[in-house]
Amino acid sequence: MTTAPLADRTTTVAARATELSKIYGQGETRVVALDRVSVDFRQAEFTAIMGPSGSGKSTLMHCVAGLDTFSSGSVRIGDTELGALKDKQLTRLRRDKIGFIFQAFNLLPTLNALENITLPMDIAGRKPDKEWLDTVIRMVGLSDRLSHRPAQLSGGQQQRVAVARALASRPDIVFGDEPTGNLDSRSGAEVLGFLRNSVRELGQTVVMVTHDPVAAAYADRVVFLADGRIVDELHGPTADSVLDRMKRFDAKGRTS
Amino acid sequence: MFRTALRNVFAHKARLLMTVLAVMLGVAFVSGTLVFADTLSNAFRNQSAKSYDDVAVAVTSYADPDNPEEAPGLSGKDLDRISAVDGVAGVYGRVEGFAGVADPDGKLIGVGWSNKGSNFAPGENGKDPAYTFTEGSGPVQDGQIALDEESAAKGEYAVGDRVRVATNGPVKEYTLSGVFTTEDGAVNAGGSLVLFNTAVAQKQYLEQGYFEDVTVVAAPGADDAEILAAVEPLLPDTAEAQTGKALADEQADQIEQGMGNLKQVLLGFAGIALFVGVFLISNTFTMLVAQRTKEVALMRAVGASRRQITRSVLAEAAVVGLVASAVGFLLGIGLAVGLRSGMAAFDMKMPDGPLVLSATPVISAFAVGVLITVFAAWLPGRRAAKIPPVAAMNSVHAVATTKSLVLRNSIGGAVTALGAAGIVAGASTGGDDGRMYIGAGAFLALIGVIILIPLLSRPVIALVRPLLVGPFGVAGKLAGQNAVRNPRRTGATASALAIGLTLVTGLSVLGVTVGTAIDKMTTDNIKADYMVSMANGGDLDRSALTALEKAEGVSAVSPQQDAYLQTGDDYVSASAVTPGDIQEVLNVDVVSGDVDSLAEGQIAVAETTAESKGWKPGDNIPFTFADEKKATLTVGAVYKDSEFLSPVLVDTAVVSEHEAKPYIRQIFVKVDGGQSAANEKVLIDALGDNPAITVMDRQDIRDEFGGAINTLLNVMYGLLAMALIIAVLGVVNTLAMSVFERQQEIGMLRAIGLDRRRVKRMVRLEAVVISVFGAVVGIGLGTFLGWAIGETVAEEIPGYALVLPWDRIGIFVVLAGLVGVLAALWPARNAARLNMLNAIKAE
Repeated sequence: MTTAPLADRTTTVAARATELSKIYGQGETRVVALDRVSVDFRQAEFTAIMGPSGSGKSTLMHCVAGLDTFSSGSVRIGDTELGALKDKQLTRLRRDKIGFIFQAFNLLPTLNALENITLPMDIAGRKPDKEWLDTVIRMVGLSDRLSHRPAQLSGGQQQRVAVARALASRPDIVFGDEPTGNLDSRSGAEVLGFLRNSVRELGQTVVMVTHDPVAAAYADRVVFLADGRIVDELHGPTADSVLDRMKRFDAKGRTS
Repeated sequence: MFRTALRNVFAHKARLLMTVLAVMLGVAFVSGTLVFADTLSNAFRNQSAKSYDDVAVAVTSYADPDNPEEAPGLSGKDLDRISAVDGVAGVYGRVEGFAGVADPDGKLIGVGWSNKGSNFAPGENGKDPAYTFTEGSGPVQDGQIALDEESAAKGEYAVGDRVRVATNGPVKEYTLSGVFTTEDGAVNAGGSLVLFNTAVAQKQYLEQGYFEDVTVVAAPGADDAEILAAVEPLLPDTAEAQTGKALADEQADQIEQGMGNLKQVLLGFAGIALFVGVFLISNTFTMLVAQRTKEVALMRAVGASRRQITRSVLAEAAVVGLVASAVGFLLGIGLAVGLRSGMAAFDMKMPDGPLVLSATPVISAFAVGVLITVFAAWLPGRRAAKIPPVAAMNSVHAVATTKSLVLRNSIGGAVTALGAAGIVAGASTGGDDGRMYIGAGAFLALIGVIILIPLLSRPVIALVRPLLVGPFGVAGKLAGQNAVRNPRRTGATASALAIGLTLVTGLSVLGVTVGTAIDKMTTDNIKADYMVSMANGGDLDRSALTALEKAEGVSAVSPQQDAYLQTGDDYVSASAVTPGDIQEVLNVDVVSGDVDSLAEGQIAVAETTAESKGWKPGDNIPFTFADEKKATLTVGAVYKDSEFLSPVLVDTAVVSEHEAKPYIRQIFVKVDGGQSAANEKVLIDALGDNPAITVMDRQDIRDEFGGAINTLLNVMYGLLAMALIIAVLGVVNTLAMSVFERQQEIGMLRAIGLDRRRVKRMVRLEAVVISVFGAVVGIGLGTFLGWAIGETVAEEIPGYALVLPWDRIGIFVVLAGLVGVLAALWPARNAARLNMLNAIKAE
């Protein structure tokens, strides 16, 4: 694994954003989506990014995950500085070091569940680690659904396949963009449970964007964003404590 | 509703682009053909009107020059009588025939069939109204000629130069007395015209003192019809008179008819192109309707009736058709102009004339364009009407209903089976009837296969999938699966290519098979080293035969000379040949008797003729010759039938004295040492370096008989290319739509690590798979058709054996693959450039 920077000896940082800014447009139409954000995502930690809509939480995740470019600052995944990478290298980084779970359209309808799970390794031309693959599949409880096409799976099952895919290639970090946004609460709880287990039992690093306090409560730490800045952080959150914090945003929004 | 339709057209400009292009190309083909034909026939009409402008009455003799009982043409006395008619200002007698002019290098100027010779017929003022001299004057002495301006320029001849001219006899040298221009149609179409002095021309082409044609020029104010009435009674029975105007009209009608045929062939190909286009249009509208499911459902929910929905789709199609037709029509005019200059570039000179835009091409362009588009959009329109209003409320991403293909497959299976049965029945029946069955069967089979094509797509593409996954990895695997994701769409896209390739392959199989058979026949039967014939396809003079017989190193020479032989009431097709040499130059497969008996004045007979007449060697058969003299000839030999031998062979010596002018089609020559440049030179020199005579070696002979098929095939390929271009547009269209529909998927793939290069590759491979699939279906059906039609002509071609042109088929498959790569260029680029973040954003 990557060695820790000198400033942070206690835990290893899986991803780090420093003074990260993202600005759209110019002049009058200039919009600052991220305003000098600095944040660490520590290894084997489950982080939730929260904030009202338009706060820049998705943009932050996209930039850190190498899906989007940023205007200034730096992003590191492990030892790799993303700002210096070209599209080809970024693609390779995403393929080898990062796992993704999106809100929808996670799966290719033409591939069955197992093929979808191993897709990143297929793309990389690597053989999946059979044992690890079994562990992941057993964990998400898909052993008897592997030959099904996505159309034959429920929404929750589809999202579990997505979780398995994100974990199967043993990425350094897994990013989730509202991974439970399209699910009913029971299925959502299952998926979140798997993500938390992957962190607790398998030592996986997970970063998740969500607007749902209940989902955020599954995380070890919640980072709050507002107007492109990090405004607060909660450790060991509960749904209530997250909700309270969010309410303050609303109040602030109303008063200002 | 119309406003909605209009808005939809503008909203989907880019997606309708390919449809517009397809309709446009088809319409351009149609209107281009019509405008070109109109323009050309107008130009020809003007041309012939102009060339008969000064002619009040034209008299033509139909006398048979070989019949000793009648005058061979119109005599000077006839001319005198005509000129005495009231209102006649001048009478000009003409004879006409072949005359080839050599350029300074000894090569023939112009193409063989358009080299004409005629006489200079000066009137009292010393001028011939048909010709305007730009340099010098008309030929009045025997040793003089005049040349048309263009030929003089091609040969770089100036007045006073010596010019070698070949008619059917040996080459002679003349002095160029003048250069002229004329309104003569053949000359304006790029032919050459040599004018001789009248006496020379008469001797050459008819008989001293006689003319074939007489043109009568009227005095000012005289009525053509009155002159005609006065002239007619003066003519011999064998001549006919017409007014110049009537003659011009007649000629124009003939041209019109010729143009009509050309027009029909071109329109046929335009039809194929449009037929292919229907699939593209239908596909586009199906996809547009599918994408618009929610929109349509909303309209239905707020009260639009089914009929209104259908009508709105059709109105959209009509607008697209209208725009495409307008652009297509303009393109067609450009095509017509281009076609004309194109023909000029190939030395096919057309008379000049203004571009003719009549109402017909305009109306047909718009009718064809709009109707085809609306027709193709009809089914998608009906499908749109079936979208239920609840679909608007459905929050779930509208999944394309994969309606069962069972009904479609059953119908397709039945139609295909019927078509195939028709084709097989036709192949076993043979002849014209058989071809008719095949035609109907082919049409049914094509339709059936098109209906079945979605069913075929899965297994056929499954076959090639391993080829994709091996070398192309995950991109290949995904491409293979994407290609069969929507079998209907894949099928419709592949259909367009399949239709084009069915025709191309069918023609190729047939052409190559027949070509090979003819080639084999030629090489098997011709033993001669050289074949000598006239460039214009006419008959050779006896002097050529004599010259070849005397040429150094020649070991065997035999003419193939038409011989007139009649037995009882039957005329037998016979050739006069040189005994002893004929079997040296052509393959004579003797069944019984001895061909050398030809030398004793006996005849040789082909097997089937001998059988049908009941002749056998030793029989004495009474014959009548051309001059009505009778003789009894003994059958000396019977030989196997051959394409190169007439049913009866006879010694030239036996028939020559009975025929005024022998008609020698070809002369076959065998030389010591076989083919060589030196030997060819010897023959050419022996023939007096005659530009009008061609000496063909074996390869030339093979090209002469089989080459036409290749030329024809190439023309067909060219015309079918249009259908293929439209098919390519179809592939582009389908891919662009697929990429659009799969934006999120492609975005997700990019996010999890598929690089741009492989995204492109995935799209490209899908295009290649669909294209090659279409090609394979087309090639299969085309081969089957080629085989079937071949069976019906097999009897007529000895040595017929099916030849599958693997090289060409291979090229077609590779081309189809390239078509896919080409068609994928733009969609693949789009796919690779997709913004990942937009793509993965939830709706």
